[in-house]
Amino acid sequence: MSASFLTTVFTPHGTGTDGQALSRQARLAIALALAIAIGLPWFVSGYSTLRLTKAAIYAIALLGLNLLTGYNGQISLGHGAFFAIGGYTSAIMMHRWGVPFYFTIPPAGALSFAVGVLFGLPALRLEGLYLALVTLSMAVATPQFLKYFDSWTGGSQGIVLKKPAPPAWLAIGTDRWLFYLALVALVLVFWAGRNLLIGRTGRALIAIRDHPISAKAMGINIALYKTTAFGVSALATGIAGALGAVVAGFVSPDSFDVFLSISFLVGSVVGGIATISGALFGGFFIEYVPTLASDISDAAPWAIYGLFLLAFMYLMPKGIAGTLATAIARLRRARDANAALAGRRSGKQTLTS
Amino acid sequence: MDQLLQQTLSGVATGVIYASLALALVMIYRATESVNFAQGEMAMFSTYIAWTLIQAGIPYWAAFLLTVAVSFIGGVLIERIVVRPVETAPILNHVIVFIGLLVILNSLAGWIFTYTEREFPSPFADRPLFHGMITSHDLGVIGVTLCVLVLLFLFFRFTPLGLAMRAAAQNPASAKLAGIRVGWMLAIGWGLAAAVGAVAGIMVAPVIFLDPNMMSGVLLYAFAAALLGGISSPGGAVFGGLIVGVLENLVGTYLIASELKVAVALALIVITLVVKPSGLFGPRFVRRV
Amino acid sequence: MALLLEVKDLKAYYGPVEALHGIEFAVEEGGVTTLLGANGAGKTTVLRAVCGMIARSGDIRLAGVRIDAAPTERIARMGVAQAPEGRGTFVNLSVEENLRVGAYVRRERKSVASDLERMYQYFPRLAERRHQQAGTLSGGEQQMLAIARALMLRPRLLVLDEPSFGLAPLVVAKIFEIMAAVRREERVSILLVEQNAALALELADHAYLLETGKIVMAGTSRDFERHDQVRRSYLGY
Repeated sequence: MSASFLTTVFTPHGTGTDGQALSRQARLAIALALAIAIGLPWFVSGYSTLRLTKAAIYAIALLGLNLLTGYNGQISLGHGAFFAIGGYTSAIMMHRWGVPFYFTIPPAGALSFAVGVLFGLPALRLEGLYLALVTLSMAVATPQFLKYFDSWTGGSQGIVLKKPAPPAWLAIGTDRWLFYLALVALVLVFWAGRNLLIGRTGRALIAIRDHPISAKAMGINIALYKTTAFGVSALATGIAGALGAVVAGFVSPDSFDVFLSISFLVGSVVGGIATISGALFGGFFIEYVPTLASDISDAAPWAIYGLFLLAFMYLMPKGIAGTLATAIARLRRARDANAALAGRRSGKQTLTS
Repeated sequence: MDQLLQQTLSGVATGVIYASLALALVMIYRATESVNFAQGEMAMFSTYIAWTLIQAGIPYWAAFLLTVAVSFIGGVLIERIVVRPVETAPILNHVIVFIGLLVILNSLAGWIFTYTEREFPSPFADRPLFHGMITSHDLGVIGVTLCVLVLLFLFFRFTPLGLAMRAAAQNPASAKLAGIRVGWMLAIGWGLAAAVGAVAGIMVAPVIFLDPNMMSGVLLYAFAAALLGGISSPGGAVFGGLIVGVLENLVGTYLIASELKVAVALALIVITLVVKPSGLFGPRFVRRV
Repeated sequence: MALLLEVKDLKAYYGPVEALHGIEFAVEEGGVTTLLGANGAGKTTVLRAVCGMIARSGDIRLAGVRIDAAPTERIARMGVAQAPEGRGTFVNLSVEENLRVGAYVRRERKSVASDLERMYQYFPRLAERRHQQAGTLSGGEQQMLAIARALMLRPRLLVLDEPSFGLAPLVVAKIFEIMAAVRREERVSILLVEQNAALALELADHAYLLETGKIVMAGTSRDFERHDQVRRSYLGY
């Protein structure tokens, strides 16, 4: 069951735009997007900036999930727990010991990584649905654990945080500062993630996902890769959690409930599982679609959200990233076919007949 | 000793509920290789339908049967309309569709019936029987649910349609060659699963009260029970459900009586799964490269 | 002689790849036709296409009625039963349940029961194991089960995909013996795909030779047996 489950779960995304070095057009597109992103906070309200910041933070969290579930085939319905670990680590360090926010990020990441690896170990024995159940249990248990250890976590009240102010010489508001922080983190995590995933490591992860026995026969240390993947995945989501804590200004157990974990999975799949850009699209989906849904109907907003999910799955089964990739490939083929046709008409020889 | 037996029997009463829902999950899993996360919400919605009928003055058992019939049709329609478009898509897409369905049903129920907790009537008086070993309500629940499970077993084992459905789930290509309309078999499977879920919801509502979120905890336990029994084993699902019910009750009585009991019960299940990864009755798989 | 199955210009596709390039053949009412060819010639593809299991185009008629756009279930209900490549056994059902599945589309309960008995007479080994789980049967027994299951449909056309595949010669001989008996007594037409050309030609009236998706030779089985090239390449003498 498990092997067939895994191979039928994912459409192969090893090749395509994520598998090769960035083309010139892709590099231009990214540069353009960055330029727009940097300028954006000056053209939109503080509230909109805040939402963009949150979308970016979710994107970082989703890249972690994508790495684990998309590229490595280990399904996680519990990534909200790592988001909570990152957030609470930052919060506790800032609240109890007055540590400046920036210095809480490495410990938040490290602790998330450690817990991720700890989870990765028993996860080696579990596949597919069984892992899904275990991670789901983790997500369900998270708010209860947070409430239980209330001397550390502040119990149901949570912890209120002071947002880190921008340095004095930079005359921008806190909102814009946080946005740029998140943007820098996004670029760094995505760059690191991409380097990891387009090289040998990425191929090993994909091999483990699709043909674990063959991978093992080729000498890939499955246990090492899988547990490390869990750890790295948790690391990314934990860092996102730390950022999320200060952007929200507080942490409380109920903001890390099971629905957060489920939202993460939804965002990953809708954005495009096993792609890097998918995490970005997913982050925007998670941040904006729920409020869009309640704008459409404030009586039953989640029903509209559910309809959005159905629509995305019917119309874009490969996620936003996958659908875009197919569209771009089709445009390219059409363009190449036209060029070949034009070449022939003008009497030139084409290499392909 | 007496208390242990009493708590165990009480656990069996909740266990049969988990068993029913777990069986519904397994039925759909065997045919589609995906777990229907919306099964709980479908059951919840069915229970609201029953409640509405009873409020309108229809006698309990008539409402019960009517609800089961309507739920069956609902299940068939959901499969043909909502699930069919993603039939050939990767399983994660199925998961998202089921989550979408879950959220839609939950939201609709909240909108139509509001989030106020409602009382749901029980056809069994709540009297202690056999020197307080078990209440008449619990006994009634066990009786009704076992009846449904036995009927289902007989249906699949001894009727031609049941045989065709089993064949279609196991080997759709061969079933098609025998002229079986595999798509409709799937739809009927969903209908039966929805009907079983409706029974579970109606049986459990008097105890946990009717509100749109009532089944989420039950679903989680049912999922755990199905996996514990071995996700493709119907008998395992029933057995798993009983174990989870008893376990939850015993943990709640003897270990931790707070919300944390959910985490503890789940932890025990997780440990079992790590030790025996394909569940108690799951087959041992030999994988080919 | 009336034609039960007429196939014209049949093309079949696996995704974007065209595997059959417009083939033409027929099966006579009450006759046996065999498709011969080496591995990879496309024989199984032909059967899959006829039964609607893969994408195809062309003109396929069963007793004059077009079936080239019909789904597999409908073609089966029209009276075409296939014992597919790999046997297609329902491994978790018992032998008897497998046979009953084969008769699912038939409404008359009593004749189903008598047909079961007849199948057990053709295949005594299946009778011995009637309550056994089908997945535990040997290859030969599963092949018998596949043929019996197909016959339970009371088909007009019985389609057999490589019944000799992977089986010991003695078992294969037995199966072909039974098929000759079936042919005589059941009045069913047969379309047979086989790598074992000698046995196939013995059973069949007409034969076609398939090579990489095209029919390269057609004729009676006697023609084939006498043809030098065929004898040397496919019959071994």
